[in-house]
Amino acid sequence: MVKTLKSKLLPTPYHSLLLWTVWQVLHGFTPGHILLGTVLAIAIPIIVAPLRVQQVYAKKPLLALRYLLVLLGDIVVSNIDVAKRVLQSNRKLRPAFIAFPVELEPPLPLTILTSSISLTPGTVSVELSKDRKWLYIHVLHLDDEQEMIAHIKQRYERPLREVFQC
Amino acid sequence: MMGPITEFIVSAVLIIGAGFMLIGSIGLAKLPDFFTRLHAPTKASTLGVGCILVASIIYFSVQKGELSLIEMLITLFLLITAPISAHMLAKAGLHYKAKLAEHTQNPQLTERAYQHQGPEQDSDEKQ
Amino acid sequence: MLEFAILIACGLICIGLALNAWRLIIGPTTPDRIIAVDTMYINSIGLIILLGLYHHSTLYFEGALLIALLSFVSTAAFCKYLLRGDIIE
Repeated sequence: MVKTLKSKLLPTPYHSLLLWTVWQVLHGFTPGHILLGTVLAIAIPIIVAPLRVQQVYAKKPLLALRYLLVLLGDIVVSNIDVAKRVLQSNRKLRPAFIAFPVELEPPLPLTILTSSISLTPGTVSVELSKDRKWLYIHVLHLDDEQEMIAHIKQRYERPLREVFQC
Repeated sequence: MMGPITEFIVSAVLIIGAGFMLIGSIGLAKLPDFFTRLHAPTKASTLGVGCILVASIIYFSVQKGELSLIEMLITLFLLITAPISAHMLAKAGLHYKAKLAEHTQNPQLTERAYQHQGPEQDSDEKQ
Repeated sequence: MLEFAILIACGLICIGLALNAWRLIIGPTTPDRIIAVDTMYINSIGLIILLGLYHHSTLYFEGALLIALLSFVSTAAFCKYLLRGDIIE
């Protein structure tokens, strides 16, 4: 009984918490805004609940945190690398398309993988094949295709599979 | 309130961030084709704006004595939306059959990607 | 020293904006122009935050947040229009 009431009032507790935090950060912690933020954080998830698609949850949040830190480090490193390539002559550049065989199945981890690839400068994920088995990536400068694929697999895809246990 | 060391750190981070944004724009202006130019905004929006926002967090936190968090929201928002707009731009480029630079490797993959198919020719016969 | 650094950073970003405007003018294709507009949005977010630092005011951040929102929505709308010839299906 308590559980059903709770799941009706708070269909997605994490989203409610996120909404509440964002509201407080935007407006500063004053009593009025804490009240308004609470009302909105409860009302909005109830209103949008019918639009929701069931997603897999991160089974190992600590590994997810580690993934995030690795990603931030990679963003900084590859930013410096790409900055050097941009300032060089265009003729030294060897842009390439590669087809990356994806093994992740559920949509959420797949979205996180493609977003991570786009966020690290030097690689942009372009398109996914219809059967979701191939991800097309444009690389600003490619030396070795197999090495690049192995790098993405080992650095991003395997940790994501561990986080979501799929 | 602001010691010379904090001031120096904030100034250095600001100039590094602005430098990365400038390099992103230089890339946008000089790179040879559409898909290579696509790398410019992701550069500017990740490390460029990121550095400037970090500088602003340090500055306002030290000046007011409490943590300033609105900048974190902007960073978070940019980090979430940048890959999505990059992906949509790439789709638009494929649709327009944007010209590729001469020495692009595997140019045949654009056509396969546009048709949402696997990279090998025989993979669609199975379907 | 900080004010001097802010001015230098402003100068760098403004050169960047000019380069983006150059790309916006010469094109050559529509997607190229959309990338130029997107990068201009991002550079102006940086410029607004610098303005906030210069005037010691946190009010400008809400403007920056609004520009970030607008940049995403407008890029998505432009691309959608190019892909489908329609924004809302």
